[in-house]
Amino acid sequence: MGTTTLSPARNATVAAALGRRRKRIDRLTRILCIAATVIGLAMLASILATLLMRGLGGLSLDVFTRITLPPGSSGGLLNAIVGSLIQTAIGTAIGTPVGLLVGTYLSEYARGSQLGTAVRFVSDVLLSAPSILIGLFVYTVLVDPFGGFSGIAGGVALAVIVIPIVVRTTEDMLQLIPVALREAAVALGAPKWRSIVFVCYPAAREGIVTGMLLAVARIAGETAPLLFTSLGNLNWSLSLTQPMASLPVTIYQYAGSAFDDWVALAWVGALLITFGVLAVNILARLVLRRRG
Amino acid sequence: MPMEHIVKSYEQDLKHLRDLITEMGGMVESQVALACTAVLHRDRDAAAEAMEADPRVDAREHEIEQFIIRLLALRQPVAGDLRQIVASLKATGDIERIGDYAANVAKRSLVLQQFSLRDAGTGLAHMAALVQENLKRVIDALGADDTDQAMTVWRSDEAIDEVYNALFRELITYMMEDPRNITPCTHLLFIAKNLERIGDHATNIAETIYYAVTGTPLTDARPKSDMASFAVVKPAGVKPAGK
Amino acid sequence: MTATMVAPTLQTRNQAAAPAKIAIRNLDFFYGDNRALKAIDLDFADRQVTGLIGPSGCGKSTLLRCLNRMYDLYPGQRATGEAMMDGQNILAPDIDLNDLRSRIGMVFQKPTPFPMSIRDNITFGVKLHERLSKAAMDERVEWSLGRAALWDEVKDRLDAPAGGLSGGQQQRLCIARSIAVRPDVILFDEPTSALDPISTLKVEELIDELKGDFTIAIITHNMQQAARCADRVAFFYLGEMVEVGTAAQMFTAPRQQRTQEYITGRFS
Repeated sequence: MGTTTLSPARNATVAAALGRRRKRIDRLTRILCIAATVIGLAMLASILATLLMRGLGGLSLDVFTRITLPPGSSGGLLNAIVGSLIQTAIGTAIGTPVGLLVGTYLSEYARGSQLGTAVRFVSDVLLSAPSILIGLFVYTVLVDPFGGFSGIAGGVALAVIVIPIVVRTTEDMLQLIPVALREAAVALGAPKWRSIVFVCYPAAREGIVTGMLLAVARIAGETAPLLFTSLGNLNWSLSLTQPMASLPVTIYQYAGSAFDDWVALAWVGALLITFGVLAVNILARLVLRRRG
Repeated sequence: MPMEHIVKSYEQDLKHLRDLITEMGGMVESQVALACTAVLHRDRDAAAEAMEADPRVDAREHEIEQFIIRLLALRQPVAGDLRQIVASLKATGDIERIGDYAANVAKRSLVLQQFSLRDAGTGLAHMAALVQENLKRVIDALGADDTDQAMTVWRSDEAIDEVYNALFRELITYMMEDPRNITPCTHLLFIAKNLERIGDHATNIAETIYYAVTGTPLTDARPKSDMASFAVVKPAGVKPAGK
Repeated sequence: MTATMVAPTLQTRNQAAAPAKIAIRNLDFFYGDNRALKAIDLDFADRQVTGLIGPSGCGKSTLLRCLNRMYDLYPGQRATGEAMMDGQNILAPDIDLNDLRSRIGMVFQKPTPFPMSIRDNITFGVKLHERLSKAAMDERVEWSLGRAALWDEVKDRLDAPAGGLSGGQQQRLCIARSIAVRPDVILFDEPTSALDPISTLKVEELIDELKGDFTIAIITHNMQQAARCADRVAFFYLGEMVEVGTAAQMFTAPRQQRTQEYITGRFS
């Protein structure tokens, strides 16, 4: 009647053997985990170390003050840096609002609807589409019809990459918000948009911003979509309708060249992108933590 | 109760409580029987046994009280369970009082043995039989949640009261005939009164059972025919109760 | 609570003695084709606490969500019948939902503080329905936090994030937030199931305080809580309302066998 049945006295040798087995498996698992971590970290460290070794040497004020010049004439990366900033800004400015709204639509309005499922599917396909295809797409839409490569086309191509990333993270983050929180807002008499904007967004802020940063980091290093859109420009140009330089494309061009000073500049460019993205990440995290 | 508790230990506790109470009821039942034997058959041993039983009954009451307090604190019973537990607490009190009366009857029987018992024995025997029957019935009802039995007890208390009234008058008459009768008759009066009180407590228990089982109290006035208070002189302006 | 064991009168009516603030008649609720509530008749007495008890999935939560039309958020859910409040049918399709929800507040199972400051949590709801001056708003914040017995604990940190409060404080903040809109009715959906015993008692005490001014409905899985808090208790089972009565009657002498079995723990 309700009493627990105690197991019969255990065989001591079997128990000991099982215990040893458990410990062996435990140790093995731990070793494998540590090994995998070490390998991953080692690769990352090696990349960073190579970047620093090769890049730091070429780093000088000239890099930031002079534009790309022919080999041997000690040029800089100014036009590429500015071009990258402009195109990344355009990509972010177009991509994040669109992505945010689509993600919101998917999470808050299109739950279970056919259209929502279709949009989600397309967005996921886009997320894993090769970026060269996106470049080609923008080429046929913006470059070919308007008669030439342009900075704006590069920005748009980057935006197309940003959108699915932001869509996915926004939807995921909004989905993590407990239903009760939305209902609590609605229960106070708040219309749906108010509960989304004033309750859901703040609650999901950290995740959404992280998603945006991820997107920025991703496009800051993209080369392929820019090859068919902004092309690259060795001269100083801020015109959005003209071909525009960018760091990744410049690196692509310089790294493959036969000139040592160009190769050195390519390393500097890679270093700048990497640490630029890192800096943006750290900064955003700090800001978020202080506010949260 | 149609269904068992989900918590088995709770179910066991309730059953244990029921067992304790019926056992205590049994103890008192035999105590009353011994006391009656002591009076009616002038049995010293029975009297002694009835008196010795008292501390055991008291101890049992204490045990049940403690158990109920524990149940209330730990199980926080509601509804039928709550009614049953509270009823048990009340019934225990009643049973304990019955035990006290039985002991007192036994004690007085020892005194009575120094006198020759007159015809009063017949009425007393009748009363004792009625009281014992009611007591047995109510204890059974308590163990079985039997409201029909409880109602039977509740209704038949009137008969006991009537026998008591008759006995009261009879004893008064004896005392008036011969002052030497006063001592034994007074004891007999108290014995009869005690038996009558035992009947009342049995009725209390019957009411308790009825509420515990049904959830509604027996609101009608209890049938009451104890007229002894007014047996010789009826006070002016007082209407007999229950009529 | 009266200490004496009052003889429970066997009333067969489902209606309360006090005037009803909300009178539900013949209410059916459907999740798609699934009929989750069946012909419910129930009154929520004005400025009294009505407790709803019953096993999970019995429909008590669904009933509460009918009263503030929360089910409107979800397609495929609908209610038929009548729930009259102040001469208006809550279930009518043309009712102004935001206005309805300003009159019927709700507090949820888990504390749901908004990710903003304590003050903003309170003003969020108020701003939806009223235009108040800064001073009037401050007054409202103090009043509602005071009614929720939270003012003394938070008055020095009104601009701190609400997430920093303890669970019990968060729940009282949510109650304050509901009160701030000045509703007539407050619905509590298991308000203490995520709280420790002391916080639970504070919320219960609060509910007792609030019933002087608000009509309150509370769902609870804790029988003792229903017994402590509610004036009247309704027992739900499988989408039906089995029995309603005063708390004293329900917990001393329920009329229905199923109620007795459920509250004493003999349910299968």
